[in-house]
Amino acid sequence: MSIPFGGYASPEQIMRDRAEYARKGIARGRSVVVMQYADGILFVAPNPSKALHKISEIYDRIGFAAVGRYNEFESLRLAGIRYADINGYTFNRTDVTGRGLANLYAQHLGMIFTESIKSFEVEIVVAEVGEAPEDDQIYRITFDGSVFDEQGMAVIGGQAEAVGGRLKERYREGLPLPQALDAALSALTEPGGERPPATQIEVAVLDRSREHRKFLRLTGPRLEKLLEAAKESQESAKPAAEAQTEQGNGEQAQGERAQGEQAPGTAPPIAPEGDIDTGSGE
Amino acid sequence: MASQPAWMNSLFTHTGSSSFSEFLGVHAPSLLPARNESLAAPVGDEIPHATTIVAATCAGGVVMAGDRRATSGNIISQRDIEKVFRTDDYSCMGIAGTASTGLELARLYRVELEHYEKTEGRSLSTEGKAHRLATMIRGNLPMAMQGLVVVPLFAAYDPAHEGGRIFSYDVGGGPYEQREFHSIGSGSIFARGSLKKLYRENASPQDIVLACLHALYDAADDDSATGGPDVMRKIWPIVAVITADGYRRLPDDEVAEFVESMLERRMTAPEGPIAPLR
Repeated sequence: MSIPFGGYASPEQIMRDRAEYARKGIARGRSVVVMQYADGILFVAPNPSKALHKISEIYDRIGFAAVGRYNEFESLRLAGIRYADINGYTFNRTDVTGRGLANLYAQHLGMIFTESIKSFEVEIVVAEVGEAPEDDQIYRITFDGSVFDEQGMAVIGGQAEAVGGRLKERYREGLPLPQALDAALSALTEPGGERPPATQIEVAVLDRSREHRKFLRLTGPRLEKLLEAAKESQESAKPAAEAQTEQGNGEQAQGERAQGEQAPGTAPPIAPEGDIDTGSGE
Repeated sequence: MASQPAWMNSLFTHTGSSSFSEFLGVHAPSLLPARNESLAAPVGDEIPHATTIVAATCAGGVVMAGDRRATSGNIISQRDIEKVFRTDDYSCMGIAGTASTGLELARLYRVELEHYEKTEGRSLSTEGKAHRLATMIRGNLPMAMQGLVVVPLFAAYDPAHEGGRIFSYDVGGGPYEQREFHSIGSGSIFARGSLKKLYRENASPQDIVLACLHALYDAADDDSATGGPDVMRKIWPIVAVITADGYRRLPDDEVAEFVESMLERRMTAPEGPIAPLR
């Protein structure tokens, strides 16, 4: 892929090939949603595995979500934990910031993208919960090291644009947790599709009201109870949501077109055959 | 790039164990509390020392309490030092000996436990936590030989046993698991004698808190380096209770209530509660 035999490949061509390779790998997984809610930041990922996580705690106020190739984002996650722990230990626990971590990832991913034969097939989110909702930060970092400071919500991986479009329809500032989870799940579910059961999703929050460490993984009965509450809130919120959908139709159509342009009809010319290893056996 | 610390390059490539202190030992040894330099002159008496810590198991958990005094020789160097630290949701440690090394050790140990939990996605077993602390104390042995002795007391709620457990250490490491109760520091002899008479098996956390406060009072009574409750300045001992619900440091006003009821009783019986002889 770097240099076709015998011939010359322009730097533009090399970068384009690498970007296409990475993008295809990332798009083959399922999407992950990170969004603000009333008390903090919510992470939702379809993931049948109980042990191999896509969502993780990095530090007191910082969470991590990733899509793509499992071994690659796992090494990023571990590096992030080392970075946060060593900085928090050297200085003070409050001196570890999401911005610093996002920059570290951006540097590393950018370097890999330009210097390695194969770029990382990952997209990650670093989210930091603040004292107040205005201080919350969500950074999205792509395979080439670009950083995006997202407002309120971020969707990575899979059909990110379609999911992002559906999430935008339901997203409002300061949603209570059940409503926020409901919005995330309905965004992750294709229209007319069935929602994944509690065993098939990974949910975690950065809850600003918690002491010490804000990250909390929601599992078992706690998650089931929350899903019940989400279902109830869905029924009460339906009329409003439908009205909104009608308004948002034009936008959605645009989103679908954009996605159509991006998604190739044929198999990728350079990416390896078969499914990417996302670590969750999807 | 030259200004970057050396460990920056190792963040993405380190493939060692899940131990944070091992990572520091390999890539940033200067950050570890243990140092191998020898001191030009002994400083044992001149730097602050932390004194008495007591711990006792209660029904469904464990209680740890510490006085607030730090001494440098005959001087009281701090009246409100904190010597009991939350190390994770289900464990805490108290320190006695050289205060500075102890504080640093407690800070590192907390990161150590968290680091394992985050990288591995599960908490260390209670034994694993106790062993890890032993290794860190052993690392301080060269310093201890020069007078910078620090000895911790470790208490944890063990979900596997559904109860509290206490581990003690010496300068060479450990751990030594203790049944029922234990104390460390200069006033520990008196505190342990007191706890021996006041400890009741499976008593409620409230009763054990009171027993620990009595033990600290007895230690302060007979050991000049241990501070009693400072009623005038409203400086109360630090009391931590760990149960299945997690670590909880009792707020000052709650400790104040316990202390006041204890002091009231000691007004008429200065030696404290009397254990029945027959």
